[in-house]
Amino acid sequence: MNNKLKTLSLAVVAVIFTGLGLHAQTVPSGRQMDDPTKRDTVRSIAAYFIPATKSKKTPDSQGFIQRWLLLEPIDKPNRSNTVFTDSYIREAFTTVYFPNQFTALPKDGEKVKVGEQELTWHALESKKFNVKLFRFAYGLNKQVYGVLFWAVTVVNSPQEMKNVRMAVGSNSASMWWLNGEEAVILSGDRRMVMDDCVSPRLTLNKGKNIIRGAVINGPGMSDFCVRFLDEKGEPIKDITISCE
Amino acid sequence: MKSRIKISGITALLSFILTGTVAAQIGKPFIHDPSTIMECEGKYYTFGTGGGGLISEDGWTWNGGAVRPGGGAAPDAMKIGDRYLVVYGATGGGLGGGHNGRILTMWNKTLDPQSPDFKYTEAILVAQSDGIEDNDAIDPGLLLDPTDGRLWCCYGTYFGFIRLIELDPKTGKRMEGNKAIDIAIDCEATDLEYRDGWYYLLGTHGTCCDGANSTYNIVVGRSRNVTGPYLDNMGRDMLTGGGKMVLAAGGRVMGPGHFGRVILEDGVEKMSCHFEADLDQSGRSTLGIRPLLWKNGWPVAGENIKEGTYEIESERRGYALELVVDFVRMAGGMRGFGRNANEPIKPVPSQELADVIDTWPTGNIGVRIGDYMTRPHQKWTITAAPDSSGYLGAPYYKIVIAGTERALAATADAEVITVPEFTGAPEQLWRIDQLTDGTYRIMPKVVPNSDKKLALISIGDSTPTLAEFDMSSDNSKWNFRAH
Repeated sequence: MNNKLKTLSLAVVAVIFTGLGLHAQTVPSGRQMDDPTKRDTVRSIAAYFIPATKSKKTPDSQGFIQRWLLLEPIDKPNRSNTVFTDSYIREAFTTVYFPNQFTALPKDGEKVKVGEQELTWHALESKKFNVKLFRFAYGLNKQVYGVLFWAVTVVNSPQEMKNVRMAVGSNSASMWWLNGEEAVILSGDRRMVMDDCVSPRLTLNKGKNIIRGAVINGPGMSDFCVRFLDEKGEPIKDITISCE
Repeated sequence: MKSRIKISGITALLSFILTGTVAAQIGKPFIHDPSTIMECEGKYYTFGTGGGGLISEDGWTWNGGAVRPGGGAAPDAMKIGDRYLVVYGATGGGLGGGHNGRILTMWNKTLDPQSPDFKYTEAILVAQSDGIEDNDAIDPGLLLDPTDGRLWCCYGTYFGFIRLIELDPKTGKRMEGNKAIDIAIDCEATDLEYRDGWYYLLGTHGTCCDGANSTYNIVVGRSRNVTGPYLDNMGRDMLTGGGKMVLAAGGRVMGPGHFGRVILEDGVEKMSCHFEADLDQSGRSTLGIRPLLWKNGWPVAGENIKEGTYEIESERRGYALELVVDFVRMAGGMRGFGRNANEPIKPVPSQELADVIDTWPTGNIGVRIGDYMTRPHQKWTITAAPDSSGYLGAPYYKIVIAGTERALAATADAEVITVPEFTGAPEQLWRIDQLTDGTYRIMPKVVPNSDKKLALISIGDSTPTLAEFDMSSDNSKWNFRAH
């Protein structure tokens, strides 16, 4: 209730429901004729994000990384998340959608072409511990279902840190890389749970480290959360986050 | 220790059939998103999505027939005073693609559609979502706080937050000025419970509505305050996705969801849910009822006893229920000291029923409790009663000495014996409830010439009897051990 989007008054259309339990994420995304979000015109991401600044930014009190470069959603139609097997998402996440996808550090406002879509990178800071991709897409008047998001950020470590782990939760499936190496993959129809999947032991280099992630969703409410854990499982907070 | 007695082909077939039904209910228990089970005038009721619901005379055999107007989804129900409050979600939940849901309440004096008093009041709107906000007003659950009488309702799905509102227990309306509180994410079908100073928020995680591929599972967090924060066993807030498992798929049933709690008496609790798919019932969504256990302050689904052959161990001392027959020694004795350690090793056969049964009397034989020696007079085969009778969540059971039809039975003087042949008489049928601490209560369906509700009790280390159940005493508790 703390993050209600202010909306236009809506004409509520009563829908007589006679089926069984069609209230989960397996609901086909195509049935949106009654979706009031189609009818509201005042959209914003302001309730969930602020523009990223160059000020020093550390993880939040639980170690979650809140400053990210987010690419507007790539159209990836899936009527159900049941297809997100390991092999499916590995292929989906290793497909090249735009040039230098696995190497570039994009800039805020930079545009890329994915098929017929022209998509923009946004440097943002999430107001919450998790990055609500659904609200990012919705607020920008982009499609919210049947989507694939890319996220990039830079972790600046004051010294080399060995045996750290990247801990991720995502809705739905996702895949994450640290400095170009695969770190962790989350397959299946997932809800975002903190520390859901954790990488093998990794090393954060002294200085810049690039995290790259991709999140795919069919009809779900996309989001993710990422933090690093030390050898004792405690969150790492003595790092800074930038988009450069 | 292969001591299981071979069972006849008919028994095997029966066992196969019943194995599939022991986990879920029998009759036509097909439902999705069941409400908490209500007892009304000697019958059990649960309501589901789409209107209507199930009725059961005994809690084991369920069929359609419950009536709930308003359609919509995932109701809950609660008895407050002498009335029943039913709450449900209308639209929302992605129905028609939207998330503009509404939570409504209504009252009825009875749940029996045949009663002249059966009449629902007009539905009252208590919460709604606009389709855009981070909430979908659907899937309500009710809690009447036993500490102060306040009535709470949680609701929501994966579309944003699970929310908590307060209702007026006299009217079923939203308390004036009450503002909703976010208490969880990543849940559907939430329910609130209170026990021993803790408030518990139970939710369903995973994927719904995909038959045998549904990954639905029931999780829990707890809080000292009804408003949260609800933390799991790892200290994770359910607002960050936390949740400790209560029940997941198992055996031939998949995707449990929509928790409900029934407290029958001290130490005897049940939980209800639906299984998205019961593979023995065409993969249909089926009502499930399990014992509810509490382990270290956390709820966890128990198990109805599975058909099989067991030692019946008293919790009092650890001795085993056995026939009063002569102890028959096995061949050999202590090997003696100083023997050659290099002598060949060979197995010693277990004592079998055929080795001893001719030494047993052929009429009634008494029962006692003794130290378990894996002997035939200590092995009991337990199967569901052939008459399909039952109680809430389980069938009555037949308990016989393995390999025989010698059946455990209650006597008119409130003792236990075995009779040489199982006849199906009610004093030979046994109710077996897993208790909240994981042990079991064993009760005869009837005690002849008595209306007393008695249980199998250890009155001494070696002496069983029938007496009133006492959850605070290990005399009242038993374990079933498969060796």
